[in-house]
Amino acid sequence: MKEENYIKLEFPSRSSNEAFARAAAAAFAAQLDPTLEELGDVKTAVSEAVTNAIVHAYPDAIGRIVMRLRIQGGNTLEIMVKDFGKGIENVEEARKPLFTTGGSERSGMGFTIMESFMDKLRVRSVPGKGTTVVMQRAIRLRVGRR
Amino acid sequence: MTIAASCAGGRLTVYLGGELDHHEAGGAIRSIQELIDEHMPRLCALDLSEISFMDSSGIAVIINAGRKMKAIGGQLCVENPAEQARRVLETSGVGKLIAVASNG
Repeated sequence: MKEENYIKLEFPSRSSNEAFARAAAAAFAAQLDPTLEELGDVKTAVSEAVTNAIVHAYPDAIGRIVMRLRIQGGNTLEIMVKDFGKGIENVEEARKPLFTTGGSERSGMGFTIMESFMDKLRVRSVPGKGTTVVMQRAIRLRVGRR
Repeated sequence: MTIAASCAGGRLTVYLGGELDHHEAGGAIRSIQELIDEHMPRLCALDLSEISFMDSSGIAVIINAGRKMKAIGGQLCVENPAEQARRVLETSGVGKLIAVASNG
């Protein structure tokens, strides 16, 4: 069986780290030889998850965000984004398209995009304790790939 | 990210470039509003051809620009999104509210 790989990163919830987080995710995902479209999807979903943590978990302070990327079953990329912030009261409502508490700079489409661009999305949240988002995306094996 | 603009014959074209995320969105919203206030165009076109990455924050930028144009009795359109931005636009359904055109 192919050896599985992972990385774990921790960074403060500063918006300047959004670009870093998706670039790091893309660099890790590159070992699965994704297409440009698959890479774009991974970057977009990571950007949404990390931005949610920055905007909603820590609205008035800087807190910790942990991102873990893992390869499972040879070609599935699992992305976990975890915060220790204020949590989501109603996850079902938060996942609805256009629902936002983020003001005019947010569109309420973050979870919709994560759901569309990933194969699986799981959200676990405890008010006052934090939120964990786990996403999975299978990277297709391509002809001519080793 | 970068923002440049040209205006002729009542049409304001705003050229957005680089990565448009939440970190950049607030500044982009304000810059576009200022450009619209300055030129008072009938049509504002957001040209996305140089946008290398955009997430749902870009949708918020587009919706804000659309509201601003509506407030002055004008229209907004989005032009030339690259593949990644096009997928985000499509998924968000913003194309149902605002015209998205491509030269390619």
